[in-house]
Amino acid sequence: MSNPQATVNKLLTWSSVDGPGNRLVLFLQGCNFACAACHNPYTIGVCNDCGDCLPVCEPRALTMQGGRVKFDADLCTQCDKCTDICPISASPMVRRMSVDQVIATIRDHAHFLTGITVSGGEATMQLKFLTALFAAMGEDPALSNLTRFVDTNGHLGAKGWARLMPVMDGAMLDIKALDPALHRDLTGQELDKTLRAARLLKDAGKLFELRYLLVPGVTDKPDQITTLIDFTRSLGGQTRIRLNAFQHHGVRGHALDWPPMQRAGVEAVADRLRAADTGEVATPALYL
Amino acid sequence: MSDTQDRLRQIVSDPTLSPAQKRGYLAVEAENMLPYPALDADVVEALEARLICDMYEGHAPYRPRYVLPDYAVVLRDGSSWLELEAPRDLDEAISTLQIAYHHVPSITGMPVFLGDLDALLLPFCEGVTDDDLYKKIKLFWRYLDRVLPDAFMHANIGPSDNRVARAILRVDAELGQIAPNLTFKYDPEVSTPDILRLATANIAKCSKPQIANHPVHAATFDDRGYGIVSCYNALPLCGGSSTLTRINLKKVAESAENEQDFFDRALPCAIDLNFRLTQARIDHLYEKSGFFQSFLAQEGWINPDRFTAMYGIFAMAEAVNLLQDQAGRAGRYGFDDAANALGHRISKHLADAVAARPMRHVWQGRAMLHSQAGLSNDVDATPGVRIPYGTEPDPVSHVRALAPHHAFYGSGISEILTIDETVKQNPEALFQLCKGAFAEGFREFTANVASNDLVRVTGYMVRLSDIEKFRACEGSRINTTALGAEAAEVTGILDRKPRVVAHEQSAGYGQ
Ligand code: SF4
Ligand code: SF4
Repeated sequence: MSNPQATVNKLLTWSSVDGPGNRLVLFLQGCNFACAACHNPYTIGVCNDCGDCLPVCEPRALTMQGGRVKFDADLCTQCDKCTDICPISASPMVRRMSVDQVIATIRDHAHFLTGITVSGGEATMQLKFLTALFAAMGEDPALSNLTRFVDTNGHLGAKGWARLMPVMDGAMLDIKALDPALHRDLTGQELDKTLRAARLLKDAGKLFELRYLLVPGVTDKPDQITTLIDFTRSLGGQTRIRLNAFQHHGVRGHALDWPPMQRAGVEAVADRLRAADTGEVATPALYL
Repeated sequence: MSDTQDRLRQIVSDPTLSPAQKRGYLAVEAENMLPYPALDADVVEALEARLICDMYEGHAPYRPRYVLPDYAVVLRDGSSWLELEAPRDLDEAISTLQIAYHHVPSITGMPVFLGDLDALLLPFCEGVTDDDLYKKIKLFWRYLDRVLPDAFMHANIGPSDNRVARAILRVDAELGQIAPNLTFKYDPEVSTPDILRLATANIAKCSKPQIANHPVHAATFDDRGYGIVSCYNALPLCGGSSTLTRINLKKVAESAENEQDFFDRALPCAIDLNFRLTQARIDHLYEKSGFFQSFLAQEGWINPDRFTAMYGIFAMAEAVNLLQDQAGRAGRYGFDDAANALGHRISKHLADAVAARPMRHVWQGRAMLHSQAGLSNDVDATPGVRIPYGTEPDPVSHVRALAPHHAFYGSGISEILTIDETVKQNPEALFQLCKGAFAEGFREFTANVASNDLVRVTGYMVRLSDIEKFRACEGSRINTTALGAEAAEVTGILDRKPRVVAHEQSAGYGQ
C-alpha cells in the first residue's frame, strides 16, 4: 500500500484556535502564496539544501549529509537563526512524516481530540498526502468520529477539491483581499481561484468559515467591507466569518510598516457584518 | 512586653484584619502555648527541619482538619440539639443547611463541605418552578459567600444532570464569587454530555467548577460515599480527615546520596517519621479532645470511624530533578520520559508504604496518600506532584506527564491546568480536554483560564483584583485573600501564566 509522506513543519496536540473543539494541528511546509503579512513566513519555502543556514547554527544542530541538510532536534536551542537567514523562507527544522506515522500519533491522542486540522504553509499543496490521511482516518473505526479540517488559501483547483472534498469535513478559507489587484499585490497570486474555491466549498456544505485578515488602511476600508458582505451573501445562506487582526508578531519585511490592527477597528467591522446578517462573526480572543 | 504579647498585640491592632479574622489568629496563638503531643526526638528534629510538616495545624488538635457531615441526616430527622424540626419545603431545607453549616468545624473554623447539594435539595423541589429555584439558589449562594467567606468551602453536585445542578452552575457563573468552591462529579454512564458541556463552559468563564472523575473516586471509597472538599481532597462522607501531614520530597532528595540511597534509606525513613507524627496528632484528637462526644456524632451527622488520615507529599518536581542531577541526567520533570517515570516510581513507593502501615483511629485502618497543594509560604517547592509554575508544557502533554500519578493518590491530587484565554471562544476544547484527562486516569480536572479575574492559587479561588486591593492595604472580606497575596509574592504563583484566597494554607499570622 502506498504510504505518502509530507514535509511537516510542526505538529500540535492541543489547539483551541484551529476549528471547533480541541484539534491536533499539522502544519505542512510550503506555500504557493507569498503573503507580505504572513505571521509564520518560515513555512513558505521548501528547503533546497543550499546549506546557507549551517554556519549560523551555533549548537551545530544542522549538518550536511550526502548533499542534504540534516536536523538534530536534541541539539537545537530554538534560536531561529536558520529560518531568519534562509533566502527562500524555508526551514531546515522540518521532518518527513508518513500517513501511517501521523495516524499513529492521532490514535495516541484520539481521546483528547474533537478533530484534526491540516494547516501550513498551504495544506493542499501536499494533496496526495492530505487525501490519503483523511481517507485513512475515515476508514479507521477508532478515528472516524474525528472531524477533518483544512486551513487553506483556496488556490487549489476544482479537480483537486473534487479529490479532497469526499474525505474532508470542513475548510477554513482565508481571503486576503477582495480586490483582484490588491490580492495580487498582497499574495502574488490571482484572486479568482480563491473565490471559486469558496463557492465550491459552500455548495458542498463544507465551508466551515471564511477568514479575513484586517490590516489598517489596507483591507479594512468601508468599501472593502461592503465587498466582503456582498461576496458572502452571493454564496447563499449564512457563512461564519472569522476576522483576524494584523499583528506584528512573527511578521517580516515591509509589512512591519503597517500598524497593528486595534480591537476597536475589528469590533466596528464585526458590527457591520452582524448588522448585514451574513452569519456568525468571530473576532480574535487576543491582541498581542 | 514579651515576644508572645508582642505578637498578640500585632494581631489585635492589624487594621487589615476583621475582628473574626483576628479571633482566628488569636486562637491559633493560644493553642500553640500548649505543649505539642508527645513526639520522640527524631520526629521533633524532622518537624523542626520541615522535612515533615504538620501544616501548622496547631499544638493541640481539638477538631478534625476536614469534617464532611452527611447533611441528609439533618434534612431527614432535624436536630434535637439544634432544636430543628425536619424541613418540609425548599425554603426550610436551605434554611436548615444554613444553620447546620455554622456548627461544623474544620481547621479554619469554617465548614469546608456543604454537601452534595443537588441530591440534598432535589427532594424539596417538587412543585418549585425553575424561576423560583434559580432565585432561591442565587440568594443561598450570596449568603454563603458573604457569611462564610472562605474559599476552601466546597459544594458538590452531580453526577446526574438535574435542575438543581443546572441552577447552581448558572448562578455560579453569573455571580463569579470566590466562595463556595464547586465540584461537579462526572460519570460518563450517568452524566449527560450536555451538563459536562455546561460545566466546562463555566470553567472558561470563571475557572470553576472542578470536575471529579466520579467512577474512580467512587471505587476508592465505600457505599456510604465520598465528598470533594477544600482544594482537591476526596474524603469519606459522614466522616472526613483528622489530619493532614506531609513530606517535603525535595528535602528527602537533598538528604540522599543517590537514587538508590533515596529509595533504600532516605524515603522510607521520612515516611516512618511522618507516620509517627500523624499518629501522635490523631491520638490527641481521639483520646484527649472530646470532639467525638459532640452532637454531630450523637445525631449521626458524622461517624468517628469514618475519619481518614491524609498522608501528604509535595515538591515531587524538585526531588526528581535533584535525583536526575545526581545521576548526571539532563531530563527535567514534566518533559522527559525517564524523569517522569522516576516520579511515578516515587509515587508507587509512597502508595505501597501507606497501604502497608496500620494506623489507630483511622478509617479502614490505613492512611490515604495525598498530593498536597502547598502552603502559601512554601518557597522553591512545587505543590504536590505538579510541574513547576510557568514551565508547564501544553495541556495535553501536561495531562499525559502526570496521569500515571493519579492512581496512587486516593485522598486527592492537586493539579491545575493553565489554559490560554483563546479557549473562551471555544469551550468545546475544554470539554474534550476534560474527557481526555479522565480517559487517562485523572481523578480531578481543574483549569485556570488566563484573563479570568477569578483564578486558583495553590488550589483555592482568589480574585486577582482582591489581591491588588489587599496589597494596597485595604484588607479583604475574604479570608483567603491574605493567603493569596502571600502565595503570589513568595511562590511566584501568578507566574502560573494566567484571584478570594484561603485560610487553611496559612502557617499562622505573619508566617
Ligand atoms: S533551510 Fe534555507 S538556508 Fe537552510 S539549507 Fe534549506 S534552503 Fe538553504
Ligand atoms: S533554530 Fe535550531 S537549527 Fe536553527 S539555527 Fe537555531 S539551533 Fe540551529
